[in-house]
Amino acid sequence: MTDPKVTVATVEVDARGAYCPGPMMELIRAIRSAKVGEVIAVLSTDSGSRRDIPRWCEKAGHEFIGVDRIGDYDRIVVKKVH
Amino acid sequence: MAYELVVIGGGTAGSIVASRVAIDARDLVHADRVHVTLLTERDDHLYQPGLLYVPFGKAALEELHRRETALLPREVSTRVATVHHIDTDRRVVWTEAGEEIRYDDLVVATGSRPVPEEIPGLAEGGEYFYTEDAARRLADTLEHFTGGRILLAVGVPHKCPVAPLEFTFLLDDYLRARNLRERTEIVYTYPLGRLHSLEPVADWASALLPERGIQTETFVNMESVEPEKRVMHAMEGTDFAYDLLITVPPHRGAAFLAGMSGSPLSAPGEWIPTDPRTLAVKGLDHVFALGDATDLPVSKAGSTAHYQAEVVAANLVTALKGGYAGHRYDGKVFCFIEAGRDEATHITFDYAHPPRPQPPSRLVHMFKLAFNRTYWLMPQGIL
Repeated sequence: MTDPKVTVATVEVDARGAYCPGPMMELIRAIRSAKVGEVIAVLSTDSGSRRDIPRWCEKAGHEFIGVDRIGDYDRIVVKKVH
Repeated sequence: MAYELVVIGGGTAGSIVASRVAIDARDLVHADRVHVTLLTERDDHLYQPGLLYVPFGKAALEELHRRETALLPREVSTRVATVHHIDTDRRVVWTEAGEEIRYDDLVVATGSRPVPEEIPGLAEGGEYFYTEDAARRLADTLEHFTGGRILLAVGVPHKCPVAPLEFTFLLDDYLRARNLRERTEIVYTYPLGRLHSLEPVADWASALLPERGIQTETFVNMESVEPEKRVMHAMEGTDFAYDLLITVPPHRGAAFLAGMSGSPLSAPGEWIPTDPRTLAVKGLDHVFALGDATDLPVSKAGSTAHYQAEVVAANLVTALKGGYAGHRYDGKVFCFIEAGRDEATHITFDYAHPPRPQPPSRLVHMFKLAFNRTYWLMPQGIL
């Protein structure tokens, strides 16, 4: 697994302060419009997303690169695989 | 030369901004120093939340319409025009008819639109209720429905995030009233790992849905639909068979924005890059975006549009009167949630505070029904 701290994202989605629809919906939206191989970073203050995003990546077959805690938010990094 | 405020969009957000500015700066409008112009594609204002009730025969389409020109205060000049593009350097809006409309400040409230065609097979295989035609068609389909497996699926992104749950509860009521519930399986699916994007709402729904005999599946994102085989394929690799597929299609912003590449208004999905607090379009000083049209990670809902419109209108009026435009949007959203059985609950949240849904009650449902009637005071700038 690549270190999320040093992974440069091609798309960065700022979903801080988002409860509804929330960071994972923002990620799915970004994945749908991204090209295969692109790396997407989601900035999130929603604690549930730390748990949900890796689970979804596993189900949907995208690569979960990792989570980096930066101050009061998470930077969650995912690569579109297919 | 008079100051020109141009508002694009005759929905909740655009109408409230235009009305509020026209009312609060009435003296300036009457002195011909301020002009407020609203551009709308049709002289028609649709109360979109009412579409939820149409498939069940609980609202007539005529009730959901008013003429926009009759609704707004006379200080607003309402013009029926389709926007072709916006030249933000010259501060001009171009219409499809080739007309050039100059602005000093521009408010873009062009909403969102369902795009079922983004998912192969969905437009042919799935029903929905997010447009008038679709809601009318679904009413007809349900009237002829005799039982089977109803699959509910939710596209991303979409407006009104509580609508899928509300629809499901009302569907359960409807089928029970027609003695079809025992012959019908209802399967509610959701794109995330829980039953709603708001965790407290998901917790609330995960108790209530099984109580009503509704099956649930999480992590379901539509990939494609095969109408002939009546199968929906999910991105996550699972296939779902159905007799009737009812979906919330994915949405995009206004179509004309797609033709404006290179403009600060242009972005993926036609969601306008917007500052979360000032609601100014990023990189532009005199253009504001609000309501469904923005790229903000908040619910695309009427209440969002309303609260944002109050902020934008207050800033515009303050600036016109020489003050500091210091009003900021705090992310506030309010949603009623119809829970079926003539009960409803409500939630409110903002950028810093998550919601806490209360148990549904008959009183909140009555309030929602009353709200459906009093809505018309809002685009007029009264409420």
